[in-house]
Amino acid sequence: MDNNLALTKTATSTKQKPKGRKSFFKLLVQQRALVLMSIPFVIWVIIFKYLPIWGWAIAFQDYKPAKSFWEQEWVGFEHFKFLFTNERFLLVLRNTIVMSLINLVLGFVTAISLALMLNEVRNMAFKRTVQTISYMPYFLSWVVAAGIIQNILAVDGVVNDLLKFLGLIEEGEEILFLGIGEWFWGIYGASIVWKNVGWNTIVYLAAIAVIDPGLYEAAEIDGAGRFRKMWHITLPGIRNVIIVLLIMNIGYLLESGFEPQYLLGNGMNIDYSENLDIFVLNYGIRLYNYSLSVAASIFKTVVSFILITAANSIAKRIGEVRLY
Amino acid sequence: MANGRRQKRKKRIGRMSVGDWAFEIVNHTLLILLVIVTLYPMINTLAVSLNDATDSLKGGIYLWPRKFSLENYKFVFQESNIANAALISVLRTVIGTVLTVFCSAMVAYTISRPEYVLRRFVTVIFLLTMYFNGGLIPTYLLMRNLGLIGTFGIYIWPNIIGAFNLIVIRTFIENLPSSLIESAKIDGAGEFRTFVNIVLPLCAPVLATVALFTGVWQWNSWFDVFLYNSSKEHLSTLQYELQKVLAFSNASMQRIDFQAAAAQGASYQKVTPYAIRATMMIVVSVPVIMVYPFLQKYFVKGMLIGGVKE
Repeated sequence: MDNNLALTKTATSTKQKPKGRKSFFKLLVQQRALVLMSIPFVIWVIIFKYLPIWGWAIAFQDYKPAKSFWEQEWVGFEHFKFLFTNERFLLVLRNTIVMSLINLVLGFVTAISLALMLNEVRNMAFKRTVQTISYMPYFLSWVVAAGIIQNILAVDGVVNDLLKFLGLIEEGEEILFLGIGEWFWGIYGASIVWKNVGWNTIVYLAAIAVIDPGLYEAAEIDGAGRFRKMWHITLPGIRNVIIVLLIMNIGYLLESGFEPQYLLGNGMNIDYSENLDIFVLNYGIRLYNYSLSVAASIFKTVVSFILITAANSIAKRIGEVRLY
Repeated sequence: MANGRRQKRKKRIGRMSVGDWAFEIVNHTLLILLVIVTLYPMINTLAVSLNDATDSLKGGIYLWPRKFSLENYKFVFQESNIANAALISVLRTVIGTVLTVFCSAMVAYTISRPEYVLRRFVTVIFLLTMYFNGGLIPTYLLMRNLGLIGTFGIYIWPNIIGAFNLIVIRTFIENLPSSLIESAKIDGAGEFRTFVNIVLPLCAPVLATVALFTGVWQWNSWFDVFLYNSSKEHLSTLQYELQKVLAFSNASMQRIDFQAAAAQGASYQKVTPYAIRATMMIVVSVPVIMVYPFLQKYFVKGMLIGGVKE
């Protein structure tokens, strides 16, 4: 660091604006303080984030961990062909997309609803308390969240107790929620909402806060009630934010998360809980089938890359048009 | 006519109509319900953790302990591995957060300088990492080749700079009055001095946000422990220890099963996996719950800066 300091002292002239005829290297030397402050991290990012791409070659080989990279047998797209004819992989793909869509739709509807509800609260202390509490689950780890969900859904958990109290089930008819495969998606959706709904309202509440209060006053004078104001002023006011976030989220269609499915999954619900990330983990770490695992993760990354890039450019275009 | 209408309006503003009252009641009830659904599981877990372990097996503990006992906490903290795991959790959180905040801010500062020739190159090379990743196995092989598996470094080195943090801090710096940075330069301060003495203190709000996100992320991580260090007891973290307990007491199990298990193992007379699990959930969550409310105003702002510019 001392070294760095000494160097920066001689580089104080960098504040001059670069002139066209100055050569690139001259500028580089002149700005060596900035270079020293950033290039080590560029090297870091190349090693840790770009270098692993080299490993994608494994998907096109019949990888045997005992052999060196150059001794591996090349097999072309065989692993990809295997994947797309593999029933398990197609099932996993279905689970991934369905859970992503559940996350997307439920996430948006609940967060926007909660933001609208909070916006109607006039008592600031109450509003702030609800907000602060609603952020809490977002900061808990998924391990703790999974523990909580397992507890409340257990045979002797509070949900079964409640059902018994309401007379919906009898003693001895307790439901093993996490043991019923078909219900996993619902449990997943509820868990995601529980954990994230408060957090997701932040951006909507901020968008609502910048709506011109004059609009509400004008609407009031015209005799608009609470719901008409919500429908005709608040929702249109945050429409841009909703659209942009929706498009961006569609970009993450194959990123349905890993932790909730992995931590809440078990032998009884695996046909519904296993998603792409778990598939990659199972083949890679448990079955040591590196090639197939890498092929699956390449598929995921490439599709995600295309979706996210497309989503970003669409969002940007809409954002520009709508934001005047 | 117009007069009458105005009077009517005044009335409506002054006193709430029946519909308004109904709405207020429904709205507040739903929000209170949300608070209950959010808080109840934590309160229940706290009650179980403070209750006598064998007594908890009878069930029926909701909001407060029935037979108060600190045995569970005593057991958890005397279990040497958990005390050690807590130390590793604290270390990775503190070191990881400090390093991430400082390094992210430094790189963000360089790409916020309009005159920097490599500005675009550095920005793009970091931004691109938001769109792809090498995947599980290639990353694993890289870590093995770097010799990071089975070391504490695996928690720190791969996570120094995140593209999102970088953009958030850069946007914040760009919105600072440029005269402050200019005047420091005129006074003869170099880039690094300007960064440390002028920019870093001014960035405190956004750095608080990044520190919170990074700290929570580090504290809550368990997958890297599972993947890289599961055979190294001394490098285990609290979250991973809890994950192991959860995996052991699978969802299908009931307290009754634990009772049988407790009856078999003589060493588990005072505590049960069910109680240990609740106690660890509290131990792991309390630091996070204590910290985030105080940083609320920062992270709300920080989220929005990130949202504005991609």
